[in-house]
Amino acid sequence: MCGIVGLFLKNPDLEPDLGKQFLPMLIGMSNRGPDSAGFAIYRDPVSEGSIKLTLQHPDDDFGWNHVAHELSEDLGVEVKTEVRSSHAILVVAAPLETVRHWIGHHHPELRIVGMGESIELFKEKGLPADVAERFSLADFSGTHAIGHTRMATESAITTEHSHPFSTGRDLCLVQNGSLSNHNRLRRWLQRHGGIEFQTDNDTEVAAGYLAHRMGEGASLTEALEAGLKDLDGFYTFTVGTKDGFAVVRDGFACKPAVLAETDDWVAMASEFRSIAHLPGADTAKIWEPAPATIYNWSRA
Amino acid sequence: MPTIDIAKDGVRELNQRLQSLAVNTNETSWEAINPHGAHAVAVGLMAPILVEIKGHVGYYCAGMNKEATVIVEGHASQGVGENIMSGMVRVKGNASMATGASGHGGMVVVEGDTSSRCGISMKGVDIVVGGSVGHMSGFMAQAGNLVICGDAGADLGDSIYEAVIYVGGDVKNLGSDCIEKDMTPEHVAKLTELLDRAEIKADVTKFRRFGSARKLYNFKIDNAAAY
Repeated sequence: MCGIVGLFLKNPDLEPDLGKQFLPMLIGMSNRGPDSAGFAIYRDPVSEGSIKLTLQHPDDDFGWNHVAHELSEDLGVEVKTEVRSSHAILVVAAPLETVRHWIGHHHPELRIVGMGESIELFKEKGLPADVAERFSLADFSGTHAIGHTRMATESAITTEHSHPFSTGRDLCLVQNGSLSNHNRLRRWLQRHGGIEFQTDNDTEVAAGYLAHRMGEGASLTEALEAGLKDLDGFYTFTVGTKDGFAVVRDGFACKPAVLAETDDWVAMASEFRSIAHLPGADTAKIWEPAPATIYNWSRA
Repeated sequence: MPTIDIAKDGVRELNQRLQSLAVNTNETSWEAINPHGAHAVAVGLMAPILVEIKGHVGYYCAGMNKEATVIVEGHASQGVGENIMSGMVRVKGNASMATGASGHGGMVVVEGDTSSRCGISMKGVDIVVGGSVGHMSGFMAQAGNLVICGDAGADLGDSIYEAVIYVGGDVKNLGSDCIEKDMTPEHVAKLTELLDRAEIKADVTKFRRFGSARKLYNFKIDNAAAY
């Protein structure tokens, strides 16, 4: 089953309240996914030459400040840290590969769940309301957010298997559905694309596939068009990028999806229940995305 | 007119009150407000009452309806009027997948568009869509009439039995064992009657009729030796 939601703000005046508006969207999909939940928020892009990482450690009392201090000393650069429960956001004035290498070498126990200029990504086991509370979702400002509530079917209920999955810079994907050719595709992406996977989850393969295509130079729309041919399954995807978000359903379109748009925002959800509370939802343009059709929005 | 606030009182309260009405009740006109996309709104009604729902509803609205008239003043999600036995379900906006699925009788009207599998496995219900329908509509439709005033998506009437499909616009392509048939005066009269009952205005001269080629589901005597 699972539920997915996305909210993209067209009106910058609403940005301070992104978390507040997005919270009921995520909680609204609790019946579709009570096992775990997660969300990606896009906000506060870092300056050129810096990288933002979301790291996860199972221990809520983990010594993040110590890690930040070590990293800052070793690389001789500034490191800013914001801790939210089991996750921490690190902004480092250094290239991504340098930071990844340092973390892999000095703190292999840390899991990198998101990386890029503006993405911040949080996910945990438990009811969506509890997960949102744990990470203080309502406090977030930002330009757009995507989220997932999971009812596990094809792999275990763990934090690692929770969605969203991010396998590229500022790229993140949530799925309502399942893929049937993910094992073969994962092997192909590992061999030919050099993509690293953290789990055996099918959605991570879809995220990796998009990252691979976009790494080859494809636009998000081109990558999703290629995905309609290469990804076999029944699915609705919502994809977040640095400055936009996209929605696509497979050709059979049997997994639910609803889109709503006003002058101020675009919202996507598995069910309208998660959209009904948004300001102006009653008079919004509301429609069901057509099969094998790519919808996307971005900030100019 | 009694009004029930779904956001405040809940779907269960609404459905229990409507389902417990006697067939000869005097309280024949009801209003439900703030559905906010809730599922299973006004299902299993058995009295000849009118229920007006102000807003958008979720899955299976007015499912298993008998005798009642349910009007949705908004959009409906999947399975609106599923397994309807009699009465009337009207959606003033658009509807999602599987509109009128498996319906046995009565009428389902969608004034806007519906998405895929409209009238899937219909068993006698009449469905009238003012706009267009998505792919696989009329899939395995057994009996009843499916009227589409706009266009029909891919694979219309796939594996159809004895339901009749009327389309006013374009058909992307026909599903397996579905063929075009003549619009006889008898069918023009039937279509006129359906549109009148649905209170949908359309030019009947533009409609074409589709139905089963009867090659998939009929037993062929030539195959008797195989058994």
